[in-house]
Amino acid sequence: MSFALPPPAESPLPVRLFPLGDAAVALEFGTGIGAATHRAIAAFSAYLARHPFVGLREVVPAFTTLTVYYDPWLLSENGQHPPYERVAALLQKMLPAARESVAAAYSVVEIPVCYGGDFGPDLAFVAAHTGLRPDEVIALHSAPEYLVHMIGFAPGFPYLGGLDVRLATPRRPQPRALVPAGAVGIAGPQTGIYSLPTPGGWQLIGRTPLRLFNPEWSAPGRLRAGQHLRFVPISAEEFRNLL
Amino acid sequence: MSLRILRPGLLTTVQDLGRFGYQQDGIIVSGAADAVALRVANLLVGNEENAAGLEITLLGPAISFETDQLIALTGAHLSPTINGQPVGQHRTIWVVAGATLAFGAAVAGCRAYLAVAGGVAVPLVLGSRATYLRAGFGGLHGRALRAGDELPIGEASDASATLQQALVRQGTAWAQARWTPGPDLCPTPRRSPFVRALRGPEYEQFSAKSQQAFWRESFTITAEADRMGYRLQGPKLERIEETELLSSAVTFGTVQVPAGGQPIALLADHQTTGGYPRLAQVISADFSVLAQAAPGQRLRFQEVSLPEAQALYLAQERQVQALRRGIAAVFGN
Repeated sequence: MSFALPPPAESPLPVRLFPLGDAAVALEFGTGIGAATHRAIAAFSAYLARHPFVGLREVVPAFTTLTVYYDPWLLSENGQHPPYERVAALLQKMLPAARESVAAAYSVVEIPVCYGGDFGPDLAFVAAHTGLRPDEVIALHSAPEYLVHMIGFAPGFPYLGGLDVRLATPRRPQPRALVPAGAVGIAGPQTGIYSLPTPGGWQLIGRTPLRLFNPEWSAPGRLRAGQHLRFVPISAEEFRNLL
Repeated sequence: MSLRILRPGLLTTVQDLGRFGYQQDGIIVSGAADAVALRVANLLVGNEENAAGLEITLLGPAISFETDQLIALTGAHLSPTINGQPVGQHRTIWVVAGATLAFGAAVAGCRAYLAVAGGVAVPLVLGSRATYLRAGFGGLHGRALRAGDELPIGEASDASATLQQALVRQGTAWAQARWTPGPDLCPTPRRSPFVRALRGPEYEQFSAKSQQAFWRESFTITAEADRMGYRLQGPKLERIEETELLSSAVTFGTVQVPAGGQPIALLADHQTTGGYPRLAQVISADFSVLAQAAPGQRLRFQEVSLPEAQALYLAQERQVQALRRGIAAVFGN
């Protein structure tokens, strides 16, 4: 299933450019989390991937910004010009064309999750905190289509938008020393998936058997900014079969 | 062709100039914390600047060479010796098979670099040989080196062969070149240095008092200092309003301030994104100064403008390029 996103109906947002040090420039497409801001970032990122300029190092999309890393030496044309002015002018010039650009095709990734038990030791706490039954927590968590706003914190770790507000639960007062890879958790109004074993303070409600990240894959992360995902509840037996 | 780790030292890792293009997947850049030092070391042995070498932290390792080898040491002065005799930094050194390189007291700086002709030939992972300690990949098995490790060495260039010919002596265990690059490319790291910085994206959110304190006072590098970043201790830095920020990109040299008011300066293993306000940004030309500052030392930040920062960076690049051209002119290719 894939179709192109319709172009945003609203008029283009003003974009603010500012330096992040002397080798990166941030483009701010909005001031809060929102669909239009996200689309504008995705579109510009896709445009740059198709029209890279000499000296472009890489881009980092986030909630409201796209940060563009550049090589100041190459931008200066061997030391002839001030690099920031050149890169800022170049990006400004690209903005109108990039607005017309179509971001990546719409896709939904299904993430199987075994909820509760040893897989989600904090499910009972989340249920108690939210005043819901554990099965209601699972139903509410696996209902929405989440948007991957950005990947950060650790390789392949998705920041997701779309958690049902009724599930918001504060972080644990003491972080766990080790959270296993694949753990699905809630922290305040956010939900996410741990991509690597790390210390962590999120409330763990389940676990996916899928690997989110492998440096040996040609695209090392399973998820990318702009994708959508849905959690699909599975049994412990299915979890073991999928490992 | 290989080298063997006899003692690992405090933290010795394989690093090149970093892994670019995957920050959008949450994969950090890594690479040498003092990139200029690694580039110079590589040029001195006839390598590409990006070849992988060893980053050596404060307490150095002991290394033996299985074959005759051309090497160079740059960065921190950690009292290097070959077979017990002091050896110079910032110069091409030829060692015979079986010789042992070791280190003593940390005289200046925090991180030394060892380049070997041909480069450390561990496999490329996502385009780089840099060790990513937390994710456990790159370098040698994604970890710091241990006693007994054997590291493969790649094939040396023609320039390496010419550099070596100029040094080979019969009957000695090693020999070193008499020439070194200019002092700007091989500085002796200072204690408690000035680090030049730009205002960060959230600079204006800090109180005038905190802004002034940041530029005027000194900050001590605490024991919580590693390749990811340095926690600094100094005057409390406060924002006018404690609002939550949305995560956005952070980079090498970003000075971010968590709610406690004590800043963190990020280094080579910085996360790709962060949610703390970015008060300042150390300039690229001073990354080496930052990387060579050790725990317990003090840092002072000095404000510069973006055009100044970029001019300083371009000047540094010109010097590295002049060294590259100079070596190519004398030793070929």
